[in-house]
Amino acid sequence: MILIHKISNLNNIVLHRIMTKLLEWVSAASAFFAIWYSLIGGYVKHPMIENNMDVILISPIFFLILFGVYAVTVVLYRVFTFNNCEAAFLELQKQIKEANTELTAKGLKW
Amino acid sequence: MAATGVDSEITKSDKYSILLPTYNERENLPIIIWLIIKYLDGSGIDFEVIIIDDGSPDGTIEVAKQLQNLYGSNKIVLRPREKKLGLGTAYIHGIKHATGNFIIIMDADLSHHPKFIPEFIEVQKENDYDIVTGTRYMNGGGVYGWDFKRKLISRGANFLTQMLLRPGVSDLTGSFRLYKKDVLLKLVESCVSKGYVFQMEMIIRARQLNFSIGEVPITFVDRVYGESKLGGTEIIQFAKALLYLFATT
Ligand SMILES: Nc1nc2c(ncn2[C@@H]2O[C@H](COP(=O)(O)OP(=O)(O)OP(=O)(O)O)[C@@H](O)[C@H]2O)c(=O)[nH]1
Ligand SMILES: [Mg+2]
Repeated sequence: MILIHKISNLNNIVLHRIMTKLLEWVSAASAFFAIWYSLIGGYVKHPMIENNMDVILISPIFFLILFGVYAVTVVLYRVFTFNNCEAAFLELQKQIKEANTELTAKGLKW
Repeated sequence: MAATGVDSEITKSDKYSILLPTYNERENLPIIIWLIIKYLDGSGIDFEVIIIDDGSPDGTIEVAKQLQNLYGSNKIVLRPREKKLGLGTAYIHGIKHATGNFIIIMDADLSHHPKFIPEFIEVQKENDYDIVTGTRYMNGGGVYGWDFKRKLISRGANFLTQMLLRPGVSDLTGSFRLYKKDVLLKLVESCVSKGYVFQMEMIIRARQLNFSIGEVPITFVDRVYGESKLGGTEIIQFAKALLYLFATT
């Protein structure tokens, strides 16, 4: 595919890192699901696990929702606290006027 | 800001080439040049401004010539091209003609204020950074003239990028930066993307190649003259570039 073609083009650069970010995510997810599967599949036996089986079953969805709430909260917080540079705007307006005056006086036409 | 500190630390051989790509910036160009001169002339900083105009239909080049006559051809260098060939190649074209050992890249539309250039230079010197990048997202930085939607897209895209790429830099899509010239050349060589996502790839490649990066908070005032564009195509371009870098770096 196009992607593979591009990867080979960039081989010299890609080799600087052994793992791509994608691979890091895939391995973390695999580790999580390996544990999860060993719990729901009954490979590990413990009364604690059997008693909380329904919680364990839905835990991936639970974590996903938790993360979604976190992401939305963080992004919205940052949107509302995004610094409005009113002062920078006013300063620029003033400087534009100064520049116009000075450049016109120096004979610039535009 | 701490102009005396900058003065004393400037090595005589350091020269800064400011690349100004322009396309229909007739209104903005005289102002940006006036501001650059205002903040850099007489500060002991050796610099040149390289204007790369892509045959702007509004006659930007004609104004650029007047500015060159006014400020001198050692300060204002014109390297025009016949037609609109895009930003990425405009930078490459500019670097080829740059005589400085440092390159400063900024937009000519007044959204990047030249008053930050001395700060970039100072921060670069403090830690001998390979790159110093302006950031709108750090304390002291910010934007003017953005509505809720634009802020949401910007913050959302930044959150996603930070999560997926963990670049160690807070602003990846900003294009107000200072580079060591040889570093910039290496980065340009290793970048594959075109268009404005080029900026994002540059900084990710810089991390990959272990270049050191400093940050300076900047205020970003949306363009006053001319149309601003942030449409569906930009968002799609961004998403593609993000996924590409996620899968390959
Ligand atoms: N030489 C050259 N300059 C360009 C080209 N496209 C854009 N520019 C310039 O590059 C700078 C950044 O472009 P902008 O159009 O402001 O892009 P932007 O900041 O992503 O988008 P806006 O929201 O519209 O400001 C400006 O100084 C433009 O004049 C091009 O094809 N060739
Ligand atoms: Mg702009």
